[in-house]
Amino acid sequence: MEHTLSEPTPTLDTQMLEVNLGPQHPSTHGVFRMNVTLDGETIVKLKPVMGYLHRNHEKLAENMTWLASMPFTDRLDYICSMTNNFAYALAVEKLAGLEVPERAQYIRVIVAELTRLVNHTLLIGFLLNDLGAFFTPILYAFREREKILDLFETISGSRMMCNFFRFGGVKQDVTEDFIPRAKDIIQRYPKFLDEFEQLLTTNEILMARCQNVGILSKELAVASGISGPMLRATGVPYDIRKVDHYSIYDRFAFRVPIGAMGDVYDRYFVRILEMRESIKILEQAVREIPEGDFLSAKGAAGAKAPRTFKPPKGDVYGRIEAPKGELGFYLVSDGSPKPYRYHVRPPSFINLTVLEDMTLGHKVADAVAILGSIDIVLGEVDR
Amino acid sequence: MFGLGVLKGMMVTLRNFLGSYFSKERLTTVQFPEERIPEKERFRNFPFLVYDKTPEDPRCVSCDICAKECPPKCITIVRDSDSAGKPLKRPKSFDIDFSICMNCGICEEVCPFDAIFMDHEFELAQYGRFEDLNYHKEKLLKSNDYFKKIRPTDAARIDQKRAAKAPKA
Amino acid sequence: MKSPEDIYHDLEAKFPGAGITREGNAIVVPKEKWAETAVFLKENPEYALDYLSCVTGVDYKEYLECVYHLYSLQKKTGLVTIKVRTDRQKSELPSVTPIWRSAEFQEREAYDLVGIHFQGHPDLRRILMWDGFQHHPLRKDYVQENQDRPPGEF
Repeated sequence: MEHTLSEPTPTLDTQMLEVNLGPQHPSTHGVFRMNVTLDGETIVKLKPVMGYLHRNHEKLAENMTWLASMPFTDRLDYICSMTNNFAYALAVEKLAGLEVPERAQYIRVIVAELTRLVNHTLLIGFLLNDLGAFFTPILYAFREREKILDLFETISGSRMMCNFFRFGGVKQDVTEDFIPRAKDIIQRYPKFLDEFEQLLTTNEILMARCQNVGILSKELAVASGISGPMLRATGVPYDIRKVDHYSIYDRFAFRVPIGAMGDVYDRYFVRILEMRESIKILEQAVREIPEGDFLSAKGAAGAKAPRTFKPPKGDVYGRIEAPKGELGFYLVSDGSPKPYRYHVRPPSFINLTVLEDMTLGHKVADAVAILGSIDIVLGEVDR
Repeated sequence: MFGLGVLKGMMVTLRNFLGSYFSKERLTTVQFPEERIPEKERFRNFPFLVYDKTPEDPRCVSCDICAKECPPKCITIVRDSDSAGKPLKRPKSFDIDFSICMNCGICEEVCPFDAIFMDHEFELAQYGRFEDLNYHKEKLLKSNDYFKKIRPTDAARIDQKRAAKAPKA
Repeated sequence: MKSPEDIYHDLEAKFPGAGITREGNAIVVPKEKWAETAVFLKENPEYALDYLSCVTGVDYKEYLECVYHLYSLQKKTGLVTIKVRTDRQKSELPSVTPIWRSAEFQEREAYDLVGIHFQGHPDLRRILMWDGFQHHPLRKDYVQENQDRPPGEF
């Protein structure tokens, strides 16, 4: 019974463990499941499983008129309902060749940028919640978000499921107190952002948990069709507002912030900078908004009698820079009042392509942080 | 110094905590149901039918347009007919299933007779899921005065439009 | 930015006799030539279409079609629409996932909902419906049970 020095001493037998993160889990932003294969605490393989919230939005739209799908687009990315409406209205206007009056364009831009503020604030709150800062940053974020949602309720009737846009404009004109209240919010927002940044940006715990975690390279991001703040954090200056010049965004002066490393901390910081740029756009828009119509005549006829709204035959792909990325609608019309094919290109769904690449080699706790920084919402992923 | 970021963050939390004793900006909790936030005029919850003078003659002529346009198809209308079988311009039954209705407001937009509008009531919890939430015509009918009370500008505009259209009334 | 007319002529010149046609703003590529055309569109420095934005499966009654929308991030130029057709019974198309990775989830969705099989896809299985679901929901001839249930009856 002697061990010679050249023989290794026997070690423990190990096995890889396969664990389900989700679908019911407080940090997965909805019903989303990740099949994770672990070696100890390190992730070796990750397979995302989705479809728990699939509501068959695309087939439902084939049985309804063009206007009747508008309330359902609210429920796609249920946090930013106004930008979903915006993308759908833009795609149908491109298909039918409708013009939008000036005042309606300004109202649309103001509402879309306010939605961007809402989304980014909420996302930073939830990211911090996932990291363990249990509920303080979220409640500060929700306090500011409530002011903007109250504003949405005043003009459209509902805080989140707004159903405010129509083809050719918006549903109703804004009330008289909308512009003064919007100006008040825009004036106070930078102070809130300064306080939020003082709480978070130089926090050592946040930096230790977020820097160098979940790094995404530029080439992989472009090849995988990533869009939105996640793409900009890797260093690619691609913003659809600047590239496509849709609506009246080329009248406003704003910059596009990009990150350097593509890790979780960069994605958080790019969103803070984007909020500041949105405030700049909002200041210009509320100053310049003209009087006029809120809905073109053809649009009003289409809204009053949806069965008579028949876009010409053809197909169109309309996209906008939604807060989460590139939200696109591919619509095929056969000349009837109902769409022939209605497809949504959801940013969250496609941004999940690289989830496995970003989490390999990290620990389980990092997987939660990385998923939080991608900014998914299951209504969009599953439709 | 390592840890300075955490300390600065704690100053923010402390400022918020102490400030909540003094300023309304920092303490935004509303003690519902004793205190309530004032209602917004355009708030849309579930629909209701409007009658002008008595609940027996509603403005609705049972044209079925709102039932056809409703995206989740929650409205069911049956037209009334008199003793000879001739159809009348009145609904015999008008059912809205509140468990399906998604408060989109499209029925209000497409009605050509200004008969259906969105109400403000939201405290409507019931015990039975299917029977109690299926509202029939009697529960849905509310007077024009109620409409004027909850939505003054819209009611005024609709009254003006109807007065201009029917001067012989 | 080249117009669809110019792109069509370039492709015609590069792959003569392949049967590439033009319909409206889109270019229809036959499925046998699609893999080569995709590599050409991505690598050619004049186009450099390196960003695949959207992959959609559509069911027209006689055939199934897959529509691709391509952008170029380097040149910041816009939309190129490519349509590839296949027939309903034996619906197979070459997968572009080795070329543009963004097609990975979108092709899985087109397979799941419309029923187009993509050859060469690393992991072709259902993504939105559960494994073991029969048939393809977004086809025009899909009939579900309890289709005409009257409202109020559960």
